[in-house]
Amino acid sequence: MVYFIEQFLNGIQLGMLLFLLAAGLTLIFGIMDIVNLAHGSLYMIGAYFAASFAEWTDSFVLGAILAVIATFAVGIVLEIVAIRRLYARSHLDHVLGTFGLLLFFNELVRLVWGPAGMTLSLPSEMLHAVEILPGLFYPVYRLVIIGATLTVAGLLYGLVMGTRLGMLIRAGASNREMVGALGVNIKLLYTLIFGLGAALAGFAGLMQAPILTVQIGMGENILIAAFVVVTIGGIGSIRGAFVAALLVGLVDTVGRAFVPDLLHVYLTTSASASLGRALSSMMIYLVMALVLIVRPEGLFPATSK
Amino acid sequence: MNPRLAVNAVVLAVLALVPVYAARTGDPFLMTLFTRVVILALAALSLNLIMGFGGMVSFGHAAYLGIGGYAVGILAKEGIGSGFVQWPVAIGASALYALAIGALSLRTRGVYFIMITLAFAQMIYYVAIGLDRYGGDDGLTINQRSRFGGLLNLDNKVVFYYLCLALLLTGIYLVWRLVNSRFGLVIRGARSNERRMRAIGFPTFRYKLVCFVIAGAMCGLAGALLANHTNFISPAMMHWTRSGDLMIMAVLGGMQAMFGPLIGAMTFLLLEEQLSRITQYPNLVIGPLLLFVAIYVNGGIDGLLGGGRRG
Repeated sequence: MVYFIEQFLNGIQLGMLLFLLAAGLTLIFGIMDIVNLAHGSLYMIGAYFAASFAEWTDSFVLGAILAVIATFAVGIVLEIVAIRRLYARSHLDHVLGTFGLLLFFNELVRLVWGPAGMTLSLPSEMLHAVEILPGLFYPVYRLVIIGATLTVAGLLYGLVMGTRLGMLIRAGASNREMVGALGVNIKLLYTLIFGLGAALAGFAGLMQAPILTVQIGMGENILIAAFVVVTIGGIGSIRGAFVAALLVGLVDTVGRAFVPDLLHVYLTTSASASLGRALSSMMIYLVMALVLIVRPEGLFPATSK
Repeated sequence: MNPRLAVNAVVLAVLALVPVYAARTGDPFLMTLFTRVVILALAALSLNLIMGFGGMVSFGHAAYLGIGGYAVGILAKEGIGSGFVQWPVAIGASALYALAIGALSLRTRGVYFIMITLAFAQMIYYVAIGLDRYGGDDGLTINQRSRFGGLLNLDNKVVFYYLCLALLLTGIYLVWRLVNSRFGLVIRGARSNERRMRAIGFPTFRYKLVCFVIAGAMCGLAGALLANHTNFISPAMMHWTRSGDLMIMAVLGGMQAMFGPLIGAMTFLLLEEQLSRITQYPNLVIGPLLLFVAIYVNGGIDGLLGGGRRG
């Protein structure tokens, strides 16, 4: 039971990180209609910025804040220089162009920071584990991740549901031509949304960085998982992204923890270990295929197209 | 002579003469590189059949390369070395897989289709990682290339190269016949306006599915060739970035042109090769170049050759 709760918390934590990535992706998808493969690069850049700034300022928190601001700036510049020119093109051109950006960013990071990875070390008070239930010790930092990402998710919800900017974002997700026709500066709105998505991705990257190493290509596998989240949730829907992110996070973590054990009941040790590993990696894709078979537009389709 | 014909003729002449030139200069690497170009051109050609002519943007095409390759590798490891068994199995397995995922994926549209094909390819990728008996994550070395009795000796590099080239040209011919047949017209019609095609009575889903399966089978053959070429299979054959590479080749060459995928594969692989000789950071050039093509170039390299009737 204790093990189950621990895995459940890990699942929530992964789900929340996925949500940060997926929220940006789904907004960019839903509003600008852009397939952005370079979103994982922003996640990676956020982590590299945080590692450098933390080393420079000697403070994790200060480094993290500076990194989010810097990634936001990178997103804004990227939108103005490149992404903006892709709006009029086909989805295939988006894939091609942002794939090019992904290659470019991986190489740029290798040039600037070198091929070896970096580590982002935590302040000492976040290093130990606390007993959250009798017999269950859980690392403080993982709780910090859950808390911080939930806070950001809440702020994002407030921004999208409660402010004028959020109103424009929601309007843009359901009918962007009409928003433009009503005299909203749609260009500026797009730039801001892309910057916001970049900042969220960068934040996700730097929060994950102390657990894994900061390395080139770190954003790629999680990007695919974030795409799965966006597709399950329905393109353009923040609410869908939230539900789907938790679903994917839990399915992935709990699957990895328990599928090999379940198979072990029926199979020999080595067979269940290898099959279990494969099967648990496949789980989220199976879930996605199931969802799309039942609902080809995802769980919460936002657009009325 | 119009420029398109001239370019195609030059490309064919270069491909036909590569082994001669390689023998003269004694550069074995040139053969390796161009065999790779030809094999991946076949894979890009099959992708272009569904993507360029059918409008089905599949982001999981490398899965067939993997399935074809693993069919050869697994059979070789289990002691079945005959190409008469290996290659039909490679093609058949890819076709079956294409039938299964096509039946599910073709229910979705647009970005959802891109994502679901990507997801299925990732699944196959993880299946390969789980195959401990066949190398798991590290991959598997194939000790002997497919045997075709006394008919062909694939260990001879020149023979293998010309076999790949012959298969590629046959593939281009087949795609050309297919695209210009009644079947091809339905497929192209469904790309421009599927609703209208259905309204005039064509069951477009079935046509698209058949097209999807043909493309899968063709790419499975390319996978079998690739495994024979490298004598090695690994999950990396079907990593999602490999699917991206195939897309790049098809788009770069020009999706409405029969020789587009070949020209795209040749340009992309040769450029990559040249750049990595000059600089340690080839993607600093390739990345922005792809972005440039995506933003400004219509119809890839073929589009640069001017208008006129294509296909």
